[in-house]
Amino acid sequence: MSTPEIDSLLQQSYRHGFVTDIESDTLPPGLDEDVVRFISRKKKEPEFLLNWRLKAYRHWLTMKEPHWAKLRVHPIDYQGISYFSAPKRDPNAPKSLAEVDPKLLATYEKLGVPLHERARLAGVAVDAVFDSVSVATTFKERLAEAGVIFCSFSDAVQKHPALIEKYLGTVVPHTDNFFAALNSAVFSDGSFVYVPPGVRCPMELSTYFRINAKNTGQFERTLIIAAPGSHVSYLEGCTAPMRDENQLHAAVVELITEDDAEIKYSTVQNWYPGDERGIGGIYNFVTKRGECRGRNSKISWTQVETGSAITWKYPSCVLKGENSVGEFYSVATANNYQQADTGTKMIHIGANTKSTIVSKGISAGHGQNSYRGLVKILPSAHGARNFTQCDSLLMGGNCGAHTFPYIETRNPSATVEHEASTSKISEDQLFYCLQRGIDEEDAVNMIVSGFCKTVLDVLPMEFAVEAQNLLAVSLEGAVG
Amino acid sequence: MSALLEISNLSAKVGGKNVLNGLSLTIGAGEVHAIMGPNGSGKSTLSYVLAGRPGYEITGGSVRYRGADLLSLPTEERARAGLFLGFQYPVEIPGVNNVYLLKAALNAKRKASGQQEVDAYEFLQLVRAKMKLMQIDESFLKRGVNEGFSGGEKKRNEILQMLVLEPALAVLDETDSGLDIDALKVVAKGVNSLRSSERGVLLITHYQRLLDHVVPDFVHVLARGRIAKTGGKELALELERRGYDWVLEVA
Repeated sequence: MSTPEIDSLLQQSYRHGFVTDIESDTLPPGLDEDVVRFISRKKKEPEFLLNWRLKAYRHWLTMKEPHWAKLRVHPIDYQGISYFSAPKRDPNAPKSLAEVDPKLLATYEKLGVPLHERARLAGVAVDAVFDSVSVATTFKERLAEAGVIFCSFSDAVQKHPALIEKYLGTVVPHTDNFFAALNSAVFSDGSFVYVPPGVRCPMELSTYFRINAKNTGQFERTLIIAAPGSHVSYLEGCTAPMRDENQLHAAVVELITEDDAEIKYSTVQNWYPGDERGIGGIYNFVTKRGECRGRNSKISWTQVETGSAITWKYPSCVLKGENSVGEFYSVATANNYQQADTGTKMIHIGANTKSTIVSKGISAGHGQNSYRGLVKILPSAHGARNFTQCDSLLMGGNCGAHTFPYIETRNPSATVEHEASTSKISEDQLFYCLQRGIDEEDAVNMIVSGFCKTVLDVLPMEFAVEAQNLLAVSLEGAVG
Repeated sequence: MSALLEISNLSAKVGGKNVLNGLSLTIGAGEVHAIMGPNGSGKSTLSYVLAGRPGYEITGGSVRYRGADLLSLPTEERARAGLFLGFQYPVEIPGVNNVYLLKAALNAKRKASGQQEVDAYEFLQLVRAKMKLMQIDESFLKRGVNEGFSGGEKKRNEILQMLVLEPALAVLDETDSGLDIDALKVVAKGVNSLRSSERGVLLITHYQRLLDHVVPDFVHVLARGRIAKTGGKELALELERRGYDWVLEVA
């Protein structure tokens, strides 16, 4: 598309978009300041937020797409994306489960996804596919009793603007990186959590129960604040493969823990990975970072990444508070033509800060899996300690595992340990299981689960079972 | 009634090399057979061929198990049909719980014979009883398959698995090697507890000392891929005294 054409399209959006026709649902493709203004206005945002978005947009214009990761990415046309579309029905969406691809349904079956959930996940065009009202209401009442705020980001902007203004962008600034800057300019929606001082959140917070969770879209923004002495466990994602028309996903997640507070953030990500030949699939460029601001605070990231054509993701911890603790537990699989470049950054600033990194990478088919991690000990971090364990499992001869650990220590009292291993599922292990009467598929699943055990063990229980099934499904047929 | 296992004129290659050369051997129900022989005579190959390990090419002969063709069955079906191989070098499977593997194995077998899956509580009771017999510590229940086990622990675990799975035919490949005398007695006790008129055991061993504790009905000498001599338990003693050379010369 030539520049004049784009311009004319943008003009159109300008005319029909936000100036007169505020009811318009979707912007045509393209991005400029007016698009940013349109989004903010559509969401009835306060001025500070609009200004912040604009700052981010202007900064984004000066930035270049990063290409340091070990990924091959088809060029992304940022002007070819529509940056605002209100939740609406896809006219091509299946009308009932009978119209859904049987292969997808078979996968749901294997994962044990409940029937009513299958319809929602497969994108069946039904407004209320299941009766969530009663569950959600009870859930909300219990949270309100405890004083926990858990709502969509948009709701929080309306109801708690002071909290948003105080914390937004304080962990991941709008200038942080190319994708974070883009997200800051055009983010659609996401989750907001505030846990008041001394409160232990009475249940696991899951996006599943969040009202208006549908269509949070490709530029999701999440902010979680744990006030002094509070505790919260947050579950993100879903084990079932998600259909999504948007190829580019660039989410930002910010976590903040004050003194003695703890956030446990668990993710199971299973976006569409593309087909067996690597066609299609989601590009997932995510910025996730937590800041342990207070003494004795703790942030723990656990992720099971099986989806997406491309995963670019480094959930990190900035350990400012004395004695604060950062953890990163990760399982990442790359099958067929999937590419994953994922890892973490642990930045030790406070004294006696401690971090643990356990990364399990599984490569199969033509998958390429890279661990990229930075452990940085600043001069102020006396007695800081890190332990890193980084294991790769290869299935078949066409895949690859790569490890890029960076360690920078500027305090001599720090202790940093790094262990790494690469192994194959051995013929001996398979034969052993077969000789005990276990069939090959079960044997492979068993060996893979064993390999990931340290990570699966720290997932909330119901998630762990799902994640194990998910690993089995995503590596189906990888050996043999 | 047909024999439990009937190996006729079996020849097999591994890595392009002939290892078994027309081996014949029949094991009847209720019998314990010991196979001895020098290194490289084909003992382990025989056990792998029977179990169906990939990479072993059958070039001639046949094996009938309970009257049916064994060699046409995939590895896991042979196991479910009651053929158990006690490994010489049991492999470690990190992170996979011992009990989990054992339960999966038992259920695979039960499922194949149309039985229900084993009840979790009953299963644990069963495993505990067999653990006691094999003098295996309680901590075993929480550990990964052979993960960090000593040589002796691995061998005892093999026998424990065998006792839980109750195979019709147990092939034990040098289960006695690397065991001290106390551990050897425990292993022997385990094997003896499985002996019955319906089951057969094939003991592959280098040493006569195991046969003091598990007394065989027949002792065979394997040489150059075939049975060179067969005798009773006294043959083992003679081999211990005289070595293999005299057998090989005759063969």
